[in-house]
Formats: sequence, structure tokens, C-alpha cells
Amino acid sequence: MRADGVNPEKMILADQLTKKFDEFIAVDKVSFSVSAGQILVILGPNGAGKTTTIRMLTSILAPTSGRAEIAGYDVVKQPDKVRASVGVLTEQHGLYGRMSALEYLDFFAQLYNLDKKLSQKRIKELLGQFGLMDALNKRLGEYSKGMRQKLALVRAMLHDPPVLLLDEPTSALDPESARIVRETILSLRTSDRAVVLCTHNLVEAEYLADQIAIIRYGKIILNGAPEEIKKAYFGPVEYEAHLAAPLNGWMAEYPEGITLVAQGSDWLRFRCENPQTANPVLLRQLLSGGLGVITFKDVARSLEQVYTRAINQADGEAPNAR
Amino acid sequence: MLVNIRPAFVIARREVRDQLRDWRIIFPVLGLTIFFPFLMNITAKMAENFVSQYGASIIADRMIPFLLMIVGFFPISVSLVIALETFVGEKERGSIEPLLNTPLKDWQLYLGKLLAAIVPPLLSSFLGMAVYILGLRLQHLNLPELPLLFQIFTITIVQAVLMVSGAVVVSSQATSVRAANLLASFIIIPIALLIQAESVVMFWGNYQTLWLVVFGLLILTILFIRVGLAHFQREELLGREIDVLNFRWGWSVFKRSFLGDARNIKVWYLRVLPGTIQKMGKPAVVMAILLGIAVYLGTLQVNTLPPQIFKTNRGLIDSNLQDLIHAWPLFSIAPVLAIWWQNVRVLLLSLVLGLFSFGVLGVMPSMATFAILGYLTSMFAGTGIPVSHYLLGFIVPHGLVEIPAVILAGAAVIRMGAILATPTPNRTIAEVWIACLADWFKVMLGAVIPMLLVAAAIEAWITPRIALLLFR
Repeated sequence: MRADGVNPEKMILADQLTKKFDEFIAVDKVSFSVSAGQILVILGPNGAGKTTTIRMLTSILAPTSGRAEIAGYDVVKQPDKVRASVGVLTEQHGLYGRMSALEYLDFFAQLYNLDKKLSQKRIKELLGQFGLMDALNKRLGEYSKGMRQKLALVRAMLHDPPVLLLDEPTSALDPESARIVRETILSLRTSDRAVVLCTHNLVEAEYLADQIAIIRYGKIILNGAPEEIKKAYFGPVEYEAHLAAPLNGWMAEYPEGITLVAQGSDWLRFRCENPQTANPVLLRQLLSGGLGVITFKDVARSLEQVYTRAINQADGEAPNAR
Repeated sequence: MLVNIRPAFVIARREVRDQLRDWRIIFPVLGLTIFFPFLMNITAKMAENFVSQYGASIIADRMIPFLLMIVGFFPISVSLVIALETFVGEKERGSIEPLLNTPLKDWQLYLGKLLAAIVPPLLSSFLGMAVYILGLRLQHLNLPELPLLFQIFTITIVQAVLMVSGAVVVSSQATSVRAANLLASFIIIPIALLIQAESVVMFWGNYQTLWLVVFGLLILTILFIRVGLAHFQREELLGREIDVLNFRWGWSVFKRSFLGDARNIKVWYLRVLPGTIQKMGKPAVVMAILLGIAVYLGTLQVNTLPPQIFKTNRGLIDSNLQDLIHAWPLFSIAPVLAIWWQNVRVLLLSLVLGLFSFGVLGVMPSMATFAILGYLTSMFAGTGIPVSHYLLGFIVPHGLVEIPAVILAGAAVIRMGAILATPTPNRTIAEVWIACLADWFKVMLGAVIPMLLVAAAIEAWITPRIALLLFR
């Protein structure tokens, strides 16, 4: 427990969270928790229920059933405290074109009831961090798409909230700006802050996520750490060894825990339950057998494969779900 | 309190600043506050010169305050555009969600938007009026008297707040700016009619009546603000996306409210209808009090509008009643249906008026009828006929059934307005409105219409005969 009574293990808690719009179930019994210092990435196709989940977490939409807490505050019973505790980057930036960045951020600082001096300092810090200081007094209508995205992110971080909910934070950004934003998000992973991020960018998800939840038809179909969910889908990690000489029927007795998956004239691929102990033994056997090892590496298993398979599986199970 | 209201001012300040940077708002407002009043000054001067030639200076006297009202009204009309944009415009531009994510309370956001839409047009309206008055001074035209000036300023303020509060309700409930603009007709048309009515009153010169108009508008304004606050829901603002008139949905809501859990007419009569009638308790008390007030006001009118044609003549009453009994023989259907339809028509008119005025105007037709009743009672008292004879002979027999029916129908209309002005967190304004309409139909079909039929039969077949016995 923290001094403020918030359980850092459950900075964000969703428990059987459900949202119905008339007969349509947008979110169906979604449960997850995010600890302080963690980033949860929510993946899913358009219309899967990601934005609705975020809106329930920010108290804008009331859950039809289930409950959620943000920094220890109930989203239904304490909406004002919830909203004061989250920083949200919405899908649409929604900036006011006739205001300057300074005016805009000052406006939100007032709504968050921040001290004038401190807020001015923080505004300048954040704008500097995102490379927007030169455009401080420029009208937002003249900002490029990327600048707007960055400014919206600054707005979300302005009141230094313990919980950040970011919907597609790098969607409109050029590669360099996207990198800055990604690094910033990583730097936000402090011991007293939890982050939920929705994205379609699977590389980014893999880079940032401590935990991934794939959502489809309003349901979480997969949830866990990236390596865990890969293991769940593909089994233990696979390795591939490329040799300097042909195998020529070399059939050593494989160490315990190693299963041969495929082999060619001068390469072999195997699955290993316990690489720390089994891989060194296999390597020694190959070398003692006179087979020089050119490369020895794990076979890349992308999140994209997991995602595609999970989505296809969900579609197969519920072909008429929507 | 001041701390609580501060965020509303922050919202309002931002919006006003935004408006002042928009030339599409600034230019028309400047035109209407500087150029238009001068035009009205010229009009006033020309009108005075013209009518003076024919000794009709009273027309110019009445026109000067009237034009002041018009000068004040025109800049306010700009406020409608701003107000219609407040919520739905931000929704379309995607800027509403960041606002909704802040710790602002619903009422703070609503009040901020309301202030932002009211203050600039109202200030420009005052500026325009000041320019007009200055012009009158420079042209040596007679200024309206101070109480009248105060009255016109008050009307301008109330009208502005009424229009804006109505438009903000529309904006917070509409799905798109286009839909909001279409719905604006429901504000523009009544306001246009109101201005015409006010013009008539001003040329008539009955400025006392204008205060009644101000009072009525003030009540409507309060109700509009209350309704707007009651039905402002963050969820609804983001949830509704499509402008489709969904009759099927509307019908299903109506049917569900009308039928309740009844599967047959017996259950409906024994369980659903009594449940709805029970809900009419407080509104029925209000309606009864209002009818009592109407009767009292009616009795007072005898002094101001003394009856000219009626003289105490028992013989005349007797012969009139004989004629009536002859025309309405026992068990003849035509007079019953005629009386019944007349009463139903009045209650239908109440519904229509009530729908557009949160129930306020819905009580007027019944109140007018009861005021006439009070007037007649007072008139009989003045002519020496015992009031008890009049009441027992002309009112009580069918009134025992008819008056409760009228109270019940009026209560359903009052409740409609009251519920619209009450927060209903899990239901949209449309759902609430349809459910109230269903309740009205329930009460009408299940109780009021049958009661009115019974009352009409008594009125046609029994009341005249009792009256004849009493007045013979």
C-alpha cells in the first residue's frame, strides 16, 4: 500500500467490466489490472471495444455492469477524483485552432486547478521535452498533425497524473517524433504511474508493453506479458543452429528438454523447455562432433503472428458476433 | 461556492475569447450594434415626421420603444448560432472529449457554456440599445420613460437567456450541428411569434401586460436551464452518433411504458393504470390549487368586466332550461357526444400547449374554463340568486365526475414538465419524453376519457333537470 492508500499492484483495475448500448454489447466482462510501473497495451481491430473501455475507465461512460478503479477511486462513485487522476490522450486531439499552445495548456491547467507558477513551469518543461518550445505562441490551427499529437500528449501529462490512458499516441507522427513519444512513454513507466495504451502498431506494442491484452468483439481474448502469450500460442522458444559442416546423419542424443523441430543438410531447429541448461550441452555436443557452429539463435516469433492467430481464432469462434 | 463556480468561468472565458477572435461573429455583431441602431434612429425620425403631419404622434411615441426592443433583439439572434454550437460543435470537432475528461462537474461545464453563449450577445445588445438611445437624444426625439426603458432591458435579458438556454439544450442533445440547426426552428418560430405578440402589446401601450410576458418567459427560462442541466449527460454527448429518426425504437419505448408488465386488459386496468394514477398525486394537488386560483381570479373579474346582458330573471332561466331539456331529451346521444368531444378537445389542446412549455401552458385552457366558472358564480351572487343553487343546478351533478377527470388530465401534463426537468441518469431526454406521453395516454384512455363520457351523459340528461327543479 502507498501512503495515499492506493494499492500499487492495482493502479488500474477492471473487473468484469461490461458496456451495452441498447442490445449491442460493446465491452463484455473485461477484467485486467495494471500495477504502478507497468504499461498495458490493448490491441484489437477497429470497433473491438478499446475506446469504450478507455471511456469507462475515465468515467465518461458508465459501465452497464462490473466495476473499475483508477488509483483506488471507483469510476462510478468517484468520477471527479478518477478524472483528476488520469491523463487521457483521446483518439481525436480536439485542439482549439484559435488558441496558442500556451493559452491552451494554461486553460487545461486551470481546469485541473493547478498552481499558476507551477503549471507554467511544467508547461515549458513538457513543451521542451517534445520539441514544441519554438511553437509556444503559434496558433494551434497552424500546427502540423504531429505537433498536434504531441501537444495533446502534453495536455494529458500536464497534471502529472498517476494513470495515463493513451489512445494511439504515435498514429500521426513521423518516425523521429514517434520515437520521441515512445521514449517518453517508457520514461513515464515510473514506480508510481501506470499506463494503458491502445495501438494498432504491433512493433510499438511489443517494444513498450509489460502486458498485452488483445480485445475482440468486446472480450479480452488474450492477456499477459508478451513472452507469456507467445509461449501460450507457439509453445516454448525455438532455436536454430547453422553449422560450418553438413550434418551427414549426425544423430547425437539430444539433451533432455530439447525436441527437434526441423533440420536441413547443415542446420537444425529445435524447441527447448529450459535453454539455460540444455542449450550449452547441445552446443558442446555439436562442437565435439566436429560441427562448427556459425550461428546459434532463437527463432523470431512476432507479436503480429500471435495477434493474427488470436483474431482469426476469435473470428472463427464467433463468425456472426457482429 | 465561488471555488465551485470558478471552472465555469474558466470555460466561459475561453469560449468568449474564442468568439472574439472569429470574424464571422465579430462583423455581424458590430454591424448590429453600431450600424443598425442608427438605421432605426433614422426610421424613428422619419416615422415621427410622417405621422406628425396627420396628428398621429401616438404612433411615433409607441414606435420609439418598440424599435428599442428590436435593436436589442437583433444582436441576441447571433447568440443562437453560438449557443447551437456549444456542445455539438465541439463534439464534431473532437474537442469535447478532452474537456469531459477533466474533473469538471457536469453543471460547471454546462453553466460555463451557457454563460459564454449569453454574455457577449447580451453586451452587444446593450451596446446597440445605448447607441440607439444616444441617437434619439441627438435627434431630439422623446426618450421612453425610465420604467419602460427598464422593462425593455429586462425583456431583452430574459429573451436572450431563454433563447440561449433553449439552444444549449438543443446543442447538448443533438447529434450533429446540422441536426441542431434544424431543431433551432423550434426556438426561432416561437420567439418570432413572441416578438410579434410583444409588438402588439407595445403598440397597444399596455405595458403592464409586458410584465406578465416577462414573468412567463422567466419561468420558461428557468425550466429550460433546469431541463438542460437535468439531461446533460457526458455519456449521451459522446454516445449518440447517428441522426436517424428511429420510429421503431420510439414505438417500442412507448409500448413498453404504456403496457407496463400487463399481458391483458384486466391486468392493465387493475395494476398498471392505478400505478400511473398514483404517480399523479402531487401534480394533481398542484392542478387542483391552480384551478382554485383560477376560480378566485374569475370571481374578481366581475368588478372589472361587469355583466351587461344578464339580469335576474327566473322566468327567463326557467324557459331557457325548458328549451334545453326539449333539445336534449333523456338518453339522446348527440348532446352527450358533443359535450364529451368539447371537453376532450380542451384537454388535447392542453397536451399540445404543455408539450412545448414544460406543462406550464398546458394548464391554461382548464384554468380559463374555471375562471369563467368563478366569474359566473360571482355574477349569480351579484344578481341575488343563491350561489348554492347555481352550483347545485349547473355544476355539481356532472362536475363530481368531470372535475376530477380534468384534474387528472392536467396533472399528467404538469408531471410531463416536472419529469423533463428532473435528472434521469439512465434515460435519454427522448425516452423520458416518450414515457411521459405514454403516461398521459394511459391516464386519458384508462380514466379521463371514460370519466368525461359519464360526465357528459350526466350534463346532458340530469344536470338541466336538477337546475329546472331549483330555478322553477
